[in-house]
Amino acid sequence: MAVLWDVIVIGGGHAGCEAGAAAARHGARTLLITHSWNDVGALSCNPAIGGLGKGHLVREVDALDGLMGRAIDQAGIQFRVLNRSKGPAVQGPRAQADRGLYRSAMRRLLAEQSNLTVMEEAVVGLRRSGEGAITGVCLSDGRELKAGAVVLTAGTFLRGVMHVGDKAEPGGRLGDPAADHLGRSLAALKLPMGRLKTGTPARLDGRTIDYRGLAAQSGDEPSEPFSYLPGTLGGQAQVACHITHTTPSTHALIRANLVRSALYGGAISGIGPRYCPSIEDKVVKFPDRERHQVFLEPEGLDDPTVYPNGVSTSLPADVQTAFLRTLPGLEKVEVLRPGYAIEYDMVDPRALRPSLEVRQVPGLFLAGQVIGTTGYEEAAGLGLVAGLNAARRVGDSPPWVPRRTESYLGVMIDDLVTRGVDEPYRMFTSRAEYRLHLRADNADRRLTALGVELGVVGSERARVTADKVAAVEALTRLLSNRNLTPSEARQAGFVVNDDGQRRDGLTLLGLPEARWEEVVRAWPDLAPTPRVLTEVVRTDARYRGYLARQESDIRAYERDEALALPDSLDYSQVGSLSTELRTKLSAARPATLGAAARLPGMTPAALTALLRYVKKGRAA
Amino acid sequence: MTRAATIFAEATPSGAGALAVIRISGPQARQTLGRLGASVPEPRKAALRHLKGEDGQTLDHALVLFFPGPNSYTGEDVVELHVHGGRAVRRAVLGALASMPGVTPAEPGAFTRRAFEAGRLDLTQAEAVADLVAAETEAQRRQALRQLDGGLSARSEAWREVVLGVLADMEAHLDFSDEAEVEASSPAVADPLTRLLGEITEELAAGHRGERIREGIEVAVVGPPNAGKSSLVNALARREVAIVADSPGTTRDVIEVSLDLGGFAITLCDTAGLRETTDTVEKEGVRRALDRAAAADLSVMVLSGPEIGELSADLERHAAAADLVLVNKVDLLERVPAVVAGQPAIPVSVRSGKGLDRFEEVLAQTVAARYADTVVAAPVTRLRHRDALEQAASALARALGGDMATAPELVTEDVRLAARHLGRIAGRVDVEDVLDRIFSGFCIGK
Ligand SMILES: Cc1cc2nc3c(=O)[nH]c(=O)nc-3n(C[C@H](O)[C@H](O)[C@H](O)COP(=O)(O)OP(=O)(O)OC[C@H]3O[C@@H](n4cnc5c(N)ncnc54)[C@H](O)[C@@H]3O)c2cc1C
Ligand SMILES: Nc1nc2c(ncn2[C@@H]2O[C@H](COP(=O)(O)OP(=O)(O)O)[C@@H](O)[C@H]2O)c(=O)[nH]1
Repeated sequence: MAVLWDVIVIGGGHAGCEAGAAAARHGARTLLITHSWNDVGALSCNPAIGGLGKGHLVREVDALDGLMGRAIDQAGIQFRVLNRSKGPAVQGPRAQADRGLYRSAMRRLLAEQSNLTVMEEAVVGLRRSGEGAITGVCLSDGRELKAGAVVLTAGTFLRGVMHVGDKAEPGGRLGDPAADHLGRSLAALKLPMGRLKTGTPARLDGRTIDYRGLAAQSGDEPSEPFSYLPGTLGGQAQVACHITHTTPSTHALIRANLVRSALYGGAISGIGPRYCPSIEDKVVKFPDRERHQVFLEPEGLDDPTVYPNGVSTSLPADVQTAFLRTLPGLEKVEVLRPGYAIEYDMVDPRALRPSLEVRQVPGLFLAGQVIGTTGYEEAAGLGLVAGLNAARRVGDSPPWVPRRTESYLGVMIDDLVTRGVDEPYRMFTSRAEYRLHLRADNADRRLTALGVELGVVGSERARVTADKVAAVEALTRLLSNRNLTPSEARQAGFVVNDDGQRRDGLTLLGLPEARWEEVVRAWPDLAPTPRVLTEVVRTDARYRGYLARQESDIRAYERDEALALPDSLDYSQVGSLSTELRTKLSAARPATLGAAARLPGMTPAALTALLRYVKKGRAA
Repeated sequence: MTRAATIFAEATPSGAGALAVIRISGPQARQTLGRLGASVPEPRKAALRHLKGEDGQTLDHALVLFFPGPNSYTGEDVVELHVHGGRAVRRAVLGALASMPGVTPAEPGAFTRRAFEAGRLDLTQAEAVADLVAAETEAQRRQALRQLDGGLSARSEAWREVVLGVLADMEAHLDFSDEAEVEASSPAVADPLTRLLGEITEELAAGHRGERIREGIEVAVVGPPNAGKSSLVNALARREVAIVADSPGTTRDVIEVSLDLGGFAITLCDTAGLRETTDTVEKEGVRRALDRAAAADLSVMVLSGPEIGELSADLERHAAAADLVLVNKVDLLERVPAVVAGQPAIPVSVRSGKGLDRFEEVLAQTVAARYADTVVAAPVTRLRHRDALEQAASALARALGGDMATAPELVTEDVRLAARHLGRIAGRVDVEDVLDRIFSGFCIGK
């Protein structure tokens, strides 16, 4: 007799962990099925979390009470805020992780989560009702489990093929069996698919690296945690990374062996990302560069493994060792595991609604690398939204569709489901048109209250954030109610013109050069204000003018978003559309007029036609 | 979806020219030819056909063209009839069309709208077509044609390229400065941005002249009372009766007349006389005349020949400032001065008509000298363009005033805004375009 679950999550990667936890937080009885409990929380590649855009995503996941921020805070061995010298909107937190600590932190968080059960198994198929809705999954031992909704986060396990030089073998990741049965079951759904590739560098034995003469890069002091919750940092020792670089002899060696590379030998057909090129790509595409930087990142405090960031490769193992030894400091390096490239199938994300539910298969949600993203953070963000929406579906609540104006999650999902991907999708801050508003410092203020309403945020975080929001508002009010004459302001150290204008505290704090110290000099009673508050209020003040200018933009955006295009819209019936646009629209099925406008190649004429068609349909 | 009706309209302004073009667009365009007793010619080839009415009477010998959809102007089947311009012929053919079932007269702009909706034109081009349809003069037509060619699109495309390049540098600096291979120092964007701002500012200035060509160049006729200003304007109105816009052939006095001079649309307007006066009403009139002259694109000072010897200092000053000086009533003079107030005098007798040709010629040359380059340069002719460019310019100015070292994200924000506004003319600057630039120009990725 089949057990009935509310939500079943397939896959225990970064997407699956967040999906399972989010569904469970929402109150759904949730089962997370994955090949191996031991791999849950694994950082399969780069032992680091965050960065620009990615750090923003982690903060948003955290603001919605997700796990990733707390896990990396526990496991971090070097915290650094990137772009510290540039404005707050483009600063992103990043941390090196101790791989082992990260895994145990993630597993502990999952274990503590009520409503969530984890099962070690391989899912070999999906079950559907006569109407096509999902009803459950089948396991490798033949059992069937019923569920109200299923979230599939199988990562690179669909028809995954690994390449080391001229050797290819099936497998999602070194040592993992490929989930081919599941792949077949998915193929039966006839979803549009694509094929992508990505790669990873060799792992080095740190004990064979000569660090003398290499530049060291240390973290920030003190560490800035990812999580908005207090007391999340693990408190372990902090370490440095080292920087080395390739040399002309590295490049000569690589060039001489290009034919043996899986990428250049023609063994690989999938499309790789342009921003994370293999060292082969770098040498071929930028022949004038004499060196490429390589970061030597420790994988753990008690682990000698070193991750050489910047030299991912699919050259044969012997060539890898040879070229690595041409890098300063690596002359005697021993390779623990060779790097490899992997090709895998993805489901074209345009087959999804913005809720991440598959349009053709009610109740089936997809998230993570399986819909064409790359990166832990992207996977985590999508997982959280998919898990939440799966639970909301089971609970008969409408799905949450994050908006571009409100979060990087919204930017990512909109990009994916309306435009699809032609290379593994990674977040950049340049993707966000409302970047000044979508900051890593205000994700809690943007999303936590909403998360409480959506039922995905626990009571502790709800309280912590509500307190903070109230404190920020109080400080903002207080500052706008105080003001100084130009000479008083200058006395306090503000740089202002002597124009006779009184300026309020918020305006003064928003001046380009202003710091909190000047505020305290003017109003000593504000000295005890905690730094977290002063920083966010200062950032708000600084961007105030720009944000006001964006208001009308945002309103126009939301107007177009408000115009929903019906899911059933038959684009062949819309007059005066070019065949090309018709094909594009039918593939993407944009959820709103705004999303349609963002499709590449969309013309004002086509939008007008679409608008007219939809309006007419409504009137009729 | 209901099938679109077949529409027809005269494509040439009514009342002018020896030929009139009647355009028919829609699913039944072909059939209309049959009903007019004419066979369908080879696509896009002109052929001579007898057009017959319902009673079999020949209406006209017409040149007929057929443009099959979707590669026609509207994207639908289009038929063009070039008939003889006489009122009777046009009326007969139009009447025959109107009587056919499923065929209706077009609303103004309907052809352009169909073309636009069929995706045959971008917005700039559609606007250019609207101008082309409204074009009454050769210069207006040429300007509209250039824009249709993509003259404006090409220009704004070049700007878009500049913005794209700059944005790629800036965004790379923000998004990838930790990824090794992007220079840590701020990109040098001030130069290209300054140049861009300069070009846009220049375009906006030229655009003003462009708007004038579209709307007509205004020439104020000023001068002391009784110099013959209104006589001049009325004489020109009668001479140019064929192209008088408002009230052709009326005997009523006009205070404005539109002329086609050398291909330019020119509006000549009469003003109150200039004279020192104590009368408050007249004073007001004089003040307005001077305002009008100042607001006009050109001014012509009309002086009465017999009074030429006794000009007041004020009048001398105004005459010296005018673009042209006309000395009227030369029929009453023995000798005509060559120079008045330091300007070459144009001798005219409105009463006899002598010198009017010469005056029109000089006026046309003056206008051409000032506006000819504008016609070639495909200027900004539309408020929408103007607005987009002004917004882009002010965003660029803000960006240039910002500090790339301490607030690169704010400077970038303004450049993004500029790109968005330029995109309203030339097409969107999409983040994917920027990323393409970044990834092909920089080696990104650790
Ligand atoms: C070679 C390589 C290099 C990469 N390099 C980087 C990098 O440097 N930086 C970076 O940020 N990202 C990198 N990534 C991407 C990053 O690892 C992934 O994007 C991210 O981990 C995807 O998370 P996910 O949850 O979607 O999938 P995964 O982490 O792949 O998780 C999938 C999970 O599903 C389980 N599973 C699959 N099929 C089944 C089944 N049928 N039954 C049960 N369980 C199943 C698997 O066991 C696995 O636990 C790289 C990826 C690869 C493959
Ligand atoms: N002799 C002569 N009289 C003219 C000529 N042009 C205009 N007039 C007369 O001059 C008088 C004033 O003309 P009007 O056009 O009303 O002058 P305005 O006040 O400048 O508009 C009228 O009586 C006209 O008939 C001309 O060329 N020769």
